[in-house]
Amino acid sequence: MIILENVHKSFGSLKVLKGVNLTVHEGEVVSLIGASGSGKSTLLYCINGLEKIDSGRVTVDGTDVHAKGTDINKLRQKLGTVFQQWNSFPHLTALENVALAPRVVSKLDKAAAREVAAAQLERVGLKDKFDHYPSQMSGGQQQRLAIARALAMKPDYMLFDEATSALDPELVTEVLDTMRMLASDGMTMIVVTHEMSFARDVSDRVAFFKQGVLAEIGPAREVMESPKDPDLQRFLSSSTR
Amino acid sequence: MTPVFTSLQWSDLLFLLEGAWNTILISVVAIILGSVLGAIIGWLMSLKNTALNLTMMSIIDVFRSVPLLIQLILFDSFVAIAGFPLPPFFSGTIVLTVYTAALVAGVARAGIEAVPPTLRAAARCLGLSYFQELRYVTFPVGLRTAFPSWLGVALATVKDSALVSAIGYVELLRASQILNTRTQESVKIMLLVGVLYFALSYPLSLLGSRYEKKMASNDHP
Ligand SMILES: Nc1ncnc2c1ncn2[C@@H]1O[C@H](COP(=O)(O)OP(=O)(O)OP(=O)(O)O)[C@@H](O)[C@H]1O
Ligand SMILES: [Mg+2]
Repeated sequence: MIILENVHKSFGSLKVLKGVNLTVHEGEVVSLIGASGSGKSTLLYCINGLEKIDSGRVTVDGTDVHAKGTDINKLRQKLGTVFQQWNSFPHLTALENVALAPRVVSKLDKAAAREVAAAQLERVGLKDKFDHYPSQMSGGQQQRLAIARALAMKPDYMLFDEATSALDPELVTEVLDTMRMLASDGMTMIVVTHEMSFARDVSDRVAFFKQGVLAEIGPAREVMESPKDPDLQRFLSSSTR
Repeated sequence: MTPVFTSLQWSDLLFLLEGAWNTILISVVAIILGSVLGAIIGWLMSLKNTALNLTMMSIIDVFRSVPLLIQLILFDSFVAIAGFPLPPFFSGTIVLTVYTAALVAGVARAGIEAVPPTLRAAARCLGLSYFQELRYVTFPVGLRTAFPSWLGVALATVKDSALVSAIGYVELLRASQILNTRTQESVKIMLLVGVLYFALSYPLSLLGSRYEKKMASNDHP
């Protein structure tokens, strides 16, 4: 379970998070939507410790992410993160990209790490790309590679930060399909997205982020089809997808 | 009466080869130690600690802007005056190493800074510690950017090692000058020396083109 309690975060004088509260249960898919620059990415980075918080509390399975004694590297093994930029390691083949963390972090031997990597690459439909370098793969394939790389650490949670925003339109579907597959496998996911159909059809709940807080949160259909917040109404009617 | 000049003999070739060996020795040591030291300094400079940065930048600027010849003579005289005279090989190696490190530091820093921050963040998100990320991601990825410039520095070190002759180290250039004075057959000797310098640098260039070919093969489908 991921719990955010009254989380505050500023960059200098810019207050980005102004008391965010959110609880994500096992097996749940929560989509975060909201205007560009509103602080959705920052919220995700406060969950995996890439950003520090000013006050409040973030706990993952009871462990305080921002407490002094927390082993953040260990905690991050529970939290897979996929970014907008696909961030493939350019010097490694697809298989090596996925095998790196199992080998270095989980200390698996080379053969075991490759086995784990092969299984995850297969899961995201990259069975025929094991020995390809990222430069030989499309954006959609590289983003699926990033998902496989995160899955190889056997995370309990997956955080997606606009995983399809940097992709050409024709490549978006294959990545969304992979995310759908994860959701139906029961993965707990927090998904920052501009894909309104994904938010509506795949997530259990949708949260609308506005001016530093979650202004509206509820069951996906309810939030997407009968929004109460006037800004959310405007936001949804201006979103094309 | 013995003649002032004697012509070239086979033993002179051996003398030149010995000089070439000394050039290799001092260059290889300076390139290896200077690269390691320079990589560490470059890494420190890539951490955005301004006070530390400014200090290191100004120190590096000194080593980069004072001609190597002057650094060699100054260092050699200072240690002698301080009462710890060093053999030319050692003072030469120390100065050439520091000089190489000062040049490598800038190259290493640029290489590290060319690695996208989100790539580094992605690696950390997989659970890699700071130093694991540095070793398995930033270093190899940064090396791809830095390699051509690093090779330039390494080749320059081989040539600059000739200046160590000024403090009495008999390397290739000094050996040739000694022969020149004795035989007055400067054209032949210089031709030979040029060939030898080329033979010393060629393996480095070869390494460079092989590395670049390897990079190109996984950069383009
Ligand atoms: N490291 C940083 N330093 C200073 N300001 C930052 C930093 N990161 C983000 N910001 C600012 O904080 C605000 C929130 O940024 P964030 O990236 O979280 O928004 P977002 O909702 O993810 O936007 P987008 O939809 O464009 O990705 C923005 O105004 C941004 O400029
Ligand atoms: Mg964002």
